Amino acid sequence: MTVRTLRAKRTRGALRTVAFLSPWLVGSGVFFAYPLVSAVYFSFMDYDGFRAPVFNGLENWRYVLADYPAFWPSMANTLWLVAVMVTCRVVFGLGVGLLVTRIKTGAGVFRTLFYLPCLAPPVAATLGFVFLLNPGTGPVNAILADLGLPAPGWFNDPAWSKPALTVLAVWGVGDLMVIFMAALLDVPKEQYEAAELDGASARQRFRHVTLPNISPIVLFAVVTGVIQTMQYYTQPLVAGKVASGVIGNSGQQFEPGYPEKSTLTLPQLVHNLGFQRFDYGSACVVALVLFALSMAFTALLMRRRGGLLQAGD
Amino acid sequence: MTYAPRALPKATPAARTARRGAVLHWIAVHALGVAAALFFVLPFVFLLLTSLMSDQQALTRDLTPDTWEWGNYARVWNTPGFLTWWRNTLLYAGLGTLLTVLSSVPVAYALAKFRFRGRRLALMLVVSMMMLPPQVVIIPMYLFWAKQLDLSGSLWPLIVPMAFGDAFSVFLLRQFLLTIPGEYLDAARVDGCGELRTLLRVVLPMARPGIAAVALFQFFYAWNDYFGPQIYASENPAAWTLSYGLESFKGAHHTDWNLTMAATVLVMAPVILVFFLAQRAFVEGVTLTGVKG
Repeated sequence: MTVRTLRAKRTRGALRTVAFLSPWLVGSGVFFAYPLVSAVYFSFMDYDGFRAPVFNGLENWRYVLADYPAFWPSMANTLWLVAVMVTCRVVFGLGVGLLVTRIKTGAGVFRTLFYLPCLAPPVAATLGFVFLLNPGTGPVNAILADLGLPAPGWFNDPAWSKPALTVLAVWGVGDLMVIFMAALLDVPKEQYEAAELDGASARQRFRHVTLPNISPIVLFAVVTGVIQTMQYYTQPLVAGKVASGVIGNSGQQFEPGYPEKSTLTLPQLVHNLGFQRFDYGSACVVALVLFALSMAFTALLMRRRGGLLQAGD
Repeated sequence: MTYAPRALPKATPAARTARRGAVLHWIAVHALGVAAALFFVLPFVFLLLTSLMSDQQALTRDLTPDTWEWGNYARVWNTPGFLTWWRNTLLYAGLGTLLTVLSSVPVAYALAKFRFRGRRLALMLVVSMMMLPPQVVIIPMYLFWAKQLDLSGSLWPLIVPMAFGDAFSVFLLRQFLLTIPGEYLDAARVDGCGELRTLLRVVLPMARPGIAAVALFQFFYAWNDYFGPQIYASENPAAWTLSYGLESFKGAHHTDWNLTMAATVLVMAPVILVFFLAQRAFVEGVTLTGVKG
């Protein structure tokens, strides 16, 4: 093959690649790169969407980090959710996954029942749980009262709102269950047999055979759980709105975080600053903080060997 | 039960103990299974029961309805706007899914099967976009759609971007396409197929389960989306979707938990129905990545 035809072939190959990638190349430019750069620009601007943007240096950053009363509470809430909600979901997801692999009779029915809740649309599921857990007429507190147990205020009590959200998140643990189930079924049977021959107890087999084999999946579940927590928006917002009763076009604007900022998360601040206060500059500051945090954890996910970016050939 | 010890008369004491252990294990596992099933199913049951109560009874702590008010569902269905939300949701989810699949397949194919410089970088970009909270870019995007194109108050700012490849779908499809052996593609090329023909005739038929999973995820994503419609459609009730409308329904029917729960059931039902119709494709998709959904 001559050099010229080789080069022609190369060019054709490059053109072909660009052609196949073109929808995404345009999309990533217009819907990812441009708004990202634009967010950095606006974070240094005083802009309300009506008057022309005015450069105001680090004022938005100072305001968000020092004066905006919702910023640090939502950081604290995010930390709480990462520590408790993500942990609960991973532990519970693994537990249910283990259970499902051991169920012999009616396994398919159990699996489907365990999986269904995670399909429920978030607004619908949240609405349902605010009702189930409402202190006045909710069935959960009715049952707790019948049993003589204390009935917490759930979504109406700042100390109980995040636990209530955790219950909702654990209810929808089916997605993790399926992943853990697949991982558990992939553990080589011979290893269990060998462990059994050596006289290992069930707990020892779990500790020394199961866990080492599935630990990459556990890590995956934890990191994606953290990333999902960064994005946690619909459930805490809708729960706050419904529990407080401030919804819709009643003229009253819902200040997110009810009760007492206990359900605030970073994404809600972007909406609050941008679309309720028309302080687009400060909203972009929060957006960039959110960006930095989620990208840090995404990098963690990508660096893992044999992880998301297997070479493919 | 086949576990009855009498069925095996010559069992040694050791074997009997082992068998009794197995029976106890079976009972323990299934008891736990039933307990877990109650936790997952009871919320649905209570929602259904409440949705069938009379207006007066919905204000009490009762768990089961005295009279079964099936008419509640008709009342919700006939609420002004409910059908519009339904139609808008179908448009957003249906058209959005179609566009996503059409635009994401070629991208995923190139990322899975072409060798080119910058491929790793492109992949990292796809994963980053997949993990990006939508709120990060929402201010510039809103200004773009509302101020430059004057399209706020509609769902188009949510549908149009889906014609440009959705990162999650690209990623999931690529994972799936990696499992198709390169020999099939080579064979097609030897037979004189161009890349497009290879994709359409050889790859697509083999990738059908992956495409089904992506389509399902995207459909559910749009069906469940609350943030997008809240930003772009909230100012115009004619563009509301079910997820967004449901919340305002609660606002309008303050204490009527029975009607709100009936509406909630009506929003959940189609998703669950679709799941039962396409269970296999779905579970396959979840195991493939298990990031969204």
